[in-house]
Amino acid sequence: MEKNRRTFLKAAGASAVGLSIAPAMKAHAFGEYFMPSDQTGQQENALIGKHWGMVIDLTKMTEEISAKLTEVCHAAHNVPKLDNIKHEIKWIWGEHFDHAFTDHMNLYISDAMKHAPVPVLCNQCENPPCVRACPTKATFKREDGIVLMDFHRCIGCRFCMAACPYGSRSFNLQDPRNGLENRKPTNPQFPTRMKGVVEKCNFCAERLAVGKIPLCAEVSEGAITFGDLSDPESEIRKVLSASFTIRRNPGLGTGPSVYYIVGGGGDHA
Amino acid sequence: MTNDKPKIIAGLVIFVLIATSPVWLNRGKTKEAPTPVMAAEATAKGYCVMPKAEMKAKHMKVLDGWRNSVVRNGQRVYVNESGKQFTMSLSNTCLECHTNKAEFCDKCHVYASVNPYCWDCHVDPKEK
Repeated sequence: MEKNRRTFLKAAGASAVGLSIAPAMKAHAFGEYFMPSDQTGQQENALIGKHWGMVIDLTKMTEEISAKLTEVCHAAHNVPKLDNIKHEIKWIWGEHFDHAFTDHMNLYISDAMKHAPVPVLCNQCENPPCVRACPTKATFKREDGIVLMDFHRCIGCRFCMAACPYGSRSFNLQDPRNGLENRKPTNPQFPTRMKGVVEKCNFCAERLAVGKIPLCAEVSEGAITFGDLSDPESEIRKVLSASFTIRRNPGLGTGPSVYYIVGGGGDHA
Repeated sequence: MTNDKPKIIAGLVIFVLIATSPVWLNRGKTKEAPTPVMAAEATAKGYCVMPKAEMKAKHMKVLDGWRNSVVRNGQRVYVNESGKQFTMSLSNTCLECHTNKAEFCDKCHVYASVNPYCWDCHVDPKEK
């Protein structure tokens, strides 16, 4: 090849670029860094399931229990209380029957259900539209069926909120610590979130890891059953085979993992 | 034709002075690198998840690995080389011993102008 000034300068330029970006390329290796798998594990008493689900018995649900669910959940997960309704953050909250079950368009329903508070939360869908919508894989489905958020990755685009048909997701339009008393977390063991990320119920993944069932099920006074839907011997499957249950908008094909026992008459009428 | 040589040279001198101003403005103001202070709890414990030298060099990578393993793999326990088990948690494990975030973490980070966003969400449990 003929060596002239022009080819020499080209080669010199290319080498200079290569040398200057090499350290940066090394420092920012592609892909995420995980601890080597032989150095990590789970706590011995961790609850391991294949498809976690929940049954909420609306015949046992009262206003008091429903309010308590929201209170303890939000306190445990440092969910802020913000005055501006547009900035509201919700993980679990009480809804009216006709708002929760929008495809049950019966004009006349039992009085019990008409007035029952329906606790709604993330349905931990089998086919979660939020996961498909997320451009950064910040929302992902775990092997045990929990649809979890990696807040480190969330860029706040809110595609997931548009995709979720249940309104289970909230966006932090302001620093969520503004909505905590003295800006201090109610539960220092759990992180808060930051402005610009989406958040939702995590099915108490942090509690399952230490052998505890989700907090709402624990404090529900028997109105919520939590368990592994894939295990035919589980308590939750027995509850499901004993009562008629419905799910929120199953026709959308999302496959909610939260079931509701609806009642006829009874004490709540 | 006008002679612009003096103007060009004066302009160049001013440019060089401005461009290099951070260098000579900060001359003689170099601060010694701070040494992180060990909390009594950390000294009492006597060991960390990794040897000191490794933690010094790799703590940011360790924390990155911890968060990915915990959040994305659901693996929350770290087993170190001597077989000791630790819950992989910044607030609940690291800060359990290193109770002095300001003196242990922030001191060097401020000096090195490193602004990790850990504390936007994660909590210093000792902070009042």
